[in-house]
Amino acid sequence: MAIRKICGIETEYGIVYRGVEDPNPITASSILINSYLSDLNRSGGTAHGAPGVGWDFEFETPGSDARGSASPDALPPEVETHMVNAVLTNGARYYVDHAHPELSTPECGDALSVVTFDRSAELILEQSMRAADALLPEGQSIVVYKNNSDGKGNSYGCHENYLIDRELPFGRIVNEITPHFVTRQIYCGAGKVGSEIGLSSDAVPFQISQRADFFEEEVGLETTLKRPIINTRDEPHADPQKYRRLHVIIGDANMSEVATFLKVGSTSIVLAMIEDDWIKRDLRFANPIHALRTVSTDLSLSTPLALAAGGSATALEVQRYLFERAVDWADRHGYAVVGSSVGPEIIRRWDDALTGLESNPESLSTTVDWVAKHRLINGYRERHGLQWGDARLHALDLQYHDLRPEKSLARRVGLETICPPEEVVRGMSFPPEDTRAYFRGACLAKFGDEIISANWDSLVFDIGVEPLRRVAMMEPSRGTAAHVASVIESSQNASELLAQLDA
Amino acid sequence: MPEREQIRRTPADRPEKAVDETPPSSETGEKLKAELDDLLDEIDEVLETNAEDFVRSFVQKGGE
Repeated sequence: MAIRKICGIETEYGIVYRGVEDPNPITASSILINSYLSDLNRSGGTAHGAPGVGWDFEFETPGSDARGSASPDALPPEVETHMVNAVLTNGARYYVDHAHPELSTPECGDALSVVTFDRSAELILEQSMRAADALLPEGQSIVVYKNNSDGKGNSYGCHENYLIDRELPFGRIVNEITPHFVTRQIYCGAGKVGSEIGLSSDAVPFQISQRADFFEEEVGLETTLKRPIINTRDEPHADPQKYRRLHVIIGDANMSEVATFLKVGSTSIVLAMIEDDWIKRDLRFANPIHALRTVSTDLSLSTPLALAAGGSATALEVQRYLFERAVDWADRHGYAVVGSSVGPEIIRRWDDALTGLESNPESLSTTVDWVAKHRLINGYRERHGLQWGDARLHALDLQYHDLRPEKSLARRVGLETICPPEEVVRGMSFPPEDTRAYFRGACLAKFGDEIISANWDSLVFDIGVEPLRRVAMMEPSRGTAAHVASVIESSQNASELLAQLDA
Repeated sequence: MPEREQIRRTPADRPEKAVDETPPSSETGEKLKAELDDLLDEIDEVLETNAEDFVRSFVQKGGE
């Protein structure tokens, strides 16, 4: 039976350090994040962030493979502990990953909450840029881009995470979610000028997805080489007897709130349907990688894709089938596991997106990133009589994702917003109230001085007497405001909190 | 799934979506086009001054 779809997004941002020779992106990322943390300190310390608290790696096992054992040539990703790594009072993690600033949202209770915290993350990055520029010498500046590729073959990710039932056989997840991952890009692709696998601008002037060029395998543990459609990292950050965390690496970072909502919302419902064994047809593609790239480069959305079981279907047909099943699933099961008020909104938006794509994709230019971007760039191209390979068109593509409000093109194309602005600002400092992120964030805000480290499933307190106290949070749906707000409120310090939790 | 088994909804099935079907010559289409024109008028002011340099120097390390 389907379980509640607690979910989150982790985004690696592109970074440019201007005004220096041979800029080092790791240095730039560290300056960016440290500037933000210093800014928080100056403006009231742990009331708005918890810059003093580091990340705890004790139980991190990114090399664990959901298939049981890793293949000998699979390289477990390295965990880098020496770089900036902070936990914020909104329950998020803000850190340097490889050569990028990365922000993982807190665990969220539904897709709309994810969109809010993803937008809060953008504001945190915006504030970080301002804070860094205020500290840097005249003529230097750090600029952040929310995209997934530099146009030269280097890609960085926007990963989603979903809580799923450990009892669900991993093979079924692979078979049944892959068709969704191959085809959902038609409404959540962020769009890209050109190709990065050696195809000319005549062959691929513009494609739907930022990421399709970079995927080479169907299933695997990698995230940086030979990227797989299904990532098998088995690191639940929760009770491993009960849960898996599906780590989804195939998505694009979206500028459109509606696109993020659809990406997370549709995937939450499809995963819940898989848990309830509700997808009745074998939708596996004969060649998923080929299908992924075909969908990305077919702006007409009309190419039939060969199915493993024989016959073919277009991406739109696969999505329409999954949508119809979702309506049927919700009639039977209700929306509780994806959010009772959010669920019907996912269905409504999903239907609107598919209907728009079926009839007139341009009608989605205020909700779907690739449509908005294509309309803008193609309009510019036609006005100035440019060829698709022109650098100005690539520049427009990059600048669509610029997070500086005055430079961002995404902020100028009239994208519809669905998160109240005051909620987005609140989400910079305060955690979601309906997951364990509440406990993490609220404790950091109130007892930050007595917490020496934090991670997804525990907090470590130092209350002045040996030993250090680790509080485990193995249930992502516990530690909510309903569970612990009164305990946190009535505790003057961490000792009192721990005494009450023990009682 | 057998080929082409999916039933495509025809516009007639969903009159509430009439706006989406409107050809570009309509009022809505004109409005959208005017908005795009205004946007394109502004773009040159915000576009990076040397697009070629900007694109060439935008180099990232692979991540994840």
